[in-house]
Amino acid sequence: MKCGIVVFPGSNCDHDCNHILKKILNQETHWLWHKDEVDLSSFDLIVLPGGFSYGDYLRAGAISRFSPVMNSVIRFAENGGKVLGICNGFQILLESGLLPGALMQNHTRKFICKNVYVRVETTSTPFTQKCNDKSVLEIPIAHHQGSYYIDPHSLSDLEEKGQILFRYCDAKGGISESSNPNGSVGSVAGLCNEQKNVMGMMPHPERCADPLWANIDGQSIFQSLISQS
Amino acid sequence: MLAKIHVTFKEGVLDPQGKTVHHALNDLGYDEVLDVHIGKYLEVKLDSVSEDEAEIRVREMCERLLANTVIESFRFKLVSTE
Repeated sequence: MKCGIVVFPGSNCDHDCNHILKKILNQETHWLWHKDEVDLSSFDLIVLPGGFSYGDYLRAGAISRFSPVMNSVIRFAENGGKVLGICNGFQILLESGLLPGALMQNHTRKFICKNVYVRVETTSTPFTQKCNDKSVLEIPIAHHQGSYYIDPHSLSDLEEKGQILFRYCDAKGGISESSNPNGSVGSVAGLCNEQKNVMGMMPHPERCADPLWANIDGQSIFQSLISQS
Repeated sequence: MLAKIHVTFKEGVLDPQGKTVHHALNDLGYDEVLDVHIGKYLEVKLDSVSEDEAEIRVREMCERLLANTVIESFRFKLVSTE
């Protein structure tokens, strides 16, 4: 699988993503500098990594969304190319309109950095097909602006179309207010577009995919993508 | 010309900062405080545009970048600086 990892000024999970894709999963990776508008048609996957692009000024992702590379990413996505946005990458996908809704400040008003559980809501997407349906993954979150918001009508639309991939849950997969760390509507932790080729999630699967660590729950997301290329 | 722009959360969107300040004001004894909304205030200085032109351009700036219209609304005033 040929993967492109976008580097914005302020990205800080780009090397983690590269480490997992290249060193752990033996995939071909290339850096994509935010200032370069390039043809991405030869790529299988574009990753928008986590971090604080442009210092999160104005709103997280608001300025990065206008980087030249994003024109290439939008074209790539419109042609069916697979795009994975993690944390800040998810925020950029929402700001660019590739995914619906918005991310707001956590309802606790605090930066949250901890392991959380998410339940796999559908395996009928390129990002989750190697996961077990309704299985629980333990993946860390690290964000201040991760409370997902969309109006109630659009939320039920996402549910009906199977676009919600992950929901925050407890260790047994139960969903309640106490298992929702940031106040996201519907406990949404990750979702995809209607065509199912663009996915964004707040938890960091690249931080739990190296077998040096006890937890490699994040691998199933990358393995899902690899299995189709 | 100067554009004085306010960006605030839309009605119905939870504003955790506003809620916290609301409670703090109530705790300080300001029982008359019913609601607090926290937003952003921006001053954008404009060069050589007519007021009609500025009205269109500033609206566009708000819609494209300064506000996320999924969750935020905006309002602005144009003030002459001459």
